[in-house]
Amino acid sequence: MPRFTLTVNNQSHQVDVDADTPLLWVLRDELGLVGTKFGCGVAMCGACTVHVNGSAMRSCQLPVSAVGENAITTIEGLSENGEHPVQKAWLEHDVAQCGYCQSGQIMSAAALLAQNPNPDDKAIEASMSGNICRCATYYRIKAAIKSASIDVVNV
Amino acid sequence: MKTPHSTQTLPTSLGRRRFLQATAATGGGLMINFSWLGAALAARSDADSLPDKLFSLNAYIHIASSGTITAIVPNPEFGQNLMTSMPMILTEELDADWQSVVAEQAPYDPALYERQFSGGSQSIRRAWSGLRMAGAAARHMLMQAAAGSWNVPIASLTTHQGIVKHAASGKQATYGELASLAATLPVPESVAVKSVDDFSLIGSAKKNLVGQEIVTGKPLFGMDTQVDGMLIAMIVHAPAFGQTLVSADTDAIKAMPGIRDAFVFDALEPDYTKNYFDVTAFPTMVAIVGDSTWQVMKAKKALNAKWKTFDGYEETIDRFGSPAVIKVPGGLESTSGHKQAMADVLSGKREGLRELRRDGDPEAAFANAARIVESTYYAPYLAHNTMEPMNFFADATGEVVNVSGPLQGPIFIRQTLAERLNISPDNINIDMKRMGGGFGRRAYSHYLVEAAVISKKVNKPVKLIYTREDDMTMGIYRPTYSVKLRAALNEQNELTAYQVSGVGVPEHCVHEHRFPAGAIDNYLAEGAEIDSNITVGAFRAPRSNFMAMAEQAFLDEVAEAMGQDPIDLRLSLLKRAQQNPVGSNNDYDAARYAGVLQQVRETSGWDNLQATSKKGVAAYYCHNSYAAHVVTLDAEDQRNPKIDNVFSVLDCGIVVNTEGAVNMVEGAVIDGIGNAMYGEMTFTDGKPDKQNFDRYRMIRMNELPKNISVSFVQSDTDPTGLGEPPFPPIFPALANALYQGTGKRLYEQPFAPQIAKG
Repeated sequence: MPRFTLTVNNQSHQVDVDADTPLLWVLRDELGLVGTKFGCGVAMCGACTVHVNGSAMRSCQLPVSAVGENAITTIEGLSENGEHPVQKAWLEHDVAQCGYCQSGQIMSAAALLAQNPNPDDKAIEASMSGNICRCATYYRIKAAIKSASIDVVNV
Repeated sequence: MKTPHSTQTLPTSLGRRRFLQATAATGGGLMINFSWLGAALAARSDADSLPDKLFSLNAYIHIASSGTITAIVPNPEFGQNLMTSMPMILTEELDADWQSVVAEQAPYDPALYERQFSGGSQSIRRAWSGLRMAGAAARHMLMQAAAGSWNVPIASLTTHQGIVKHAASGKQATYGELASLAATLPVPESVAVKSVDDFSLIGSAKKNLVGQEIVTGKPLFGMDTQVDGMLIAMIVHAPAFGQTLVSADTDAIKAMPGIRDAFVFDALEPDYTKNYFDVTAFPTMVAIVGDSTWQVMKAKKALNAKWKTFDGYEETIDRFGSPAVIKVPGGLESTSGHKQAMADVLSGKREGLRELRRDGDPEAAFANAARIVESTYYAPYLAHNTMEPMNFFADATGEVVNVSGPLQGPIFIRQTLAERLNISPDNINIDMKRMGGGFGRRAYSHYLVEAAVISKKVNKPVKLIYTREDDMTMGIYRPTYSVKLRAALNEQNELTAYQVSGVGVPEHCVHEHRFPAGAIDNYLAEGAEIDSNITVGAFRAPRSNFMAMAEQAFLDEVAEAMGQDPIDLRLSLLKRAQQNPVGSNNDYDAARYAGVLQQVRETSGWDNLQATSKKGVAAYYCHNSYAAHVVTLDAEDQRNPKIDNVFSVLDCGIVVNTEGAVNMVEGAVIDGIGNAMYGEMTFTDGKPDKQNFDRYRMIRMNELPKNISVSFVQSDTDPTGLGEPPFPPIFPALANALYQGTGKRLYEQPFAPQIAKG
């Protein structure tokens, strides 16, 4: 089994897995980083969203062999104690119902704001429409992104 | 171990319903006497042996000497906010500081807790009095501890924010300081709870107690379970309903890398008598067990298996204590066949309709009608599509079997598993994990049994994971339905008769005693079932989730035919039902029903909306609560209308947590719009046509209403359901608005393809 060296949340990890293993299952099964969720396995729901060099990617469709030296950030590494403006806005707006999809939602939102600190409705919809929430907390997700954008701009 | 003061034998369910014996107490509040709660109120752990000095005042409340209060939540959480709202109820009566409260999920323990089931929007309603009593009893014991220590009468003490005070002496002590002594005191025989007017926490807006763990990705869910030595298990089931396994080449699979075992197994044995929640179409499956999820997924794809169509059979299930015979037909079913069969029933070509209720002489009223309005509505199957696919952890390697994962109702499945493993239910521990959504699907937890059977076979702890494809193609779906509605109008343009005929596969959705029964002199309700081998079950507001659509969209047609405002028509019918009801079994409170309509008329500004504004209204009663919605549209582009506003009004009695309640209604509105516009599962030759989110369309961020305004009817009635009631009426409110916007009546779901055609 080949060995891969990955940089996840600023830490280097070596894993021995099949080359076609999606990053999602390396994170969850090998590294114990279970905040990144399995939802569909075909990049249609966004529950597995992580950052690859700061951009949102669906980890269920990213083979470990393609990660290379790119820096991976998961929900566990987004901030030290949940103080990222997006996480704080999620709490302020009491977004979650069941909560399962919210790691992916937060990672998508954080990547959006990093690239566009003050997105309008259209930009939010374009970036977030890849993330499904069956509890349908979308209304609060949108509101939280708007208030997080103010914090991001002010940082 | 401290001896419980008054452990009582749990009475029968009939007795449990009568446990609440409340009388007015002097000085305000209520005096409530316990009965079945005795066990829960008296339950103590061995406080002295706990290193962190956690004192159990009863099965619901632990208080550490540090002052941290742990509120134990008996019902499983799937996003309905119980992990916050139940602690709020306990804390209100305990009179503690909300900042000091943390929530913990109770283990499944039917000896201590009543109805550990999340479903039917009943958790808060059914736990309301018990949680209040538990909080009040704990407060009383803390006060008693202080009274004893200070040698003062308990009546001279007050509490506030977790502190007991004696005004005369100026003495005070925190709950944390008093907890260890309080835990040794007898549980009071009866206790006063607060008057509704004195609530300060209940009715306020509190953030989710588990919010921080959710936003930081903590391992809260069954899918996140990781145990040393645990293997990953997956299943392969027949690709079509109506099929069963002939053979599987498990040897080839066992040779694949990382695979520990592959075998055919029966989740339920062929001679087992299923209970009501033991629904599964695929009791015989192939299990594949291995070291990592990805290796098992690859093996699953590689499996060669042969399947065959089975013959029809009858089975007897245990329907809550009484046997019921279910016909499971053989053959491969298709959506086109279901539609035809339902149409044939409603047209009379096929037998099956039977009378459910009759008032007056509907046949004569229709025969004498000046006009008849008649329409037939259709609904497809729906898949639940919880974001967390089905999964469960099981360790069946020892005498005691431990299982852990997401499930709505451990009540029945423990017995199922006990019979399957041939062990005592007492040797099964069920740990309820936070569910990544439920919506009814996880009331049917066959996957728990599957995990345990697999664990026992491989003699290792396993986590069983369904792929999204497994989850969507092994559904316990919302049934497909059709409803024909007829209304008779006389020469004076009055509604003289109403007929509802419902058919479904395998159940119809007619609630014969609900509105508008009771409001119309001549009324006929009929229902018919068509047997099927496709498994169905509860889906957010079962039956109501389509009956509301058919009935409330049809009333819009009737109002139009009568030239009446749709709210006026409903209110006039409700006035009749209130003042001079027809029949005696009417299952709704006409005044509360009218109340939500009157309030939504105000909040939406219904009467002042521009004549050009495209608006729709609907109201419905289910799960003990009343809901009304008004939807307004921008339909300038008729093929792509946009929802501007949704105004929602709920009457669910006292609202415990306004923050969580508003969130729940907003979610139900969007979820309902999504299912109405896009939701649909179809079958071709037994095979589900949609297997993942590439083909099963879910509502997404770019399809939301611009605004959702939620309000509640002010009430001091005990809380009723909220998870389900706002869901059904959004379908017709949207359909009625879309009719105004596009001129198109929507008789079938999903709406989106019909709207796009123009």
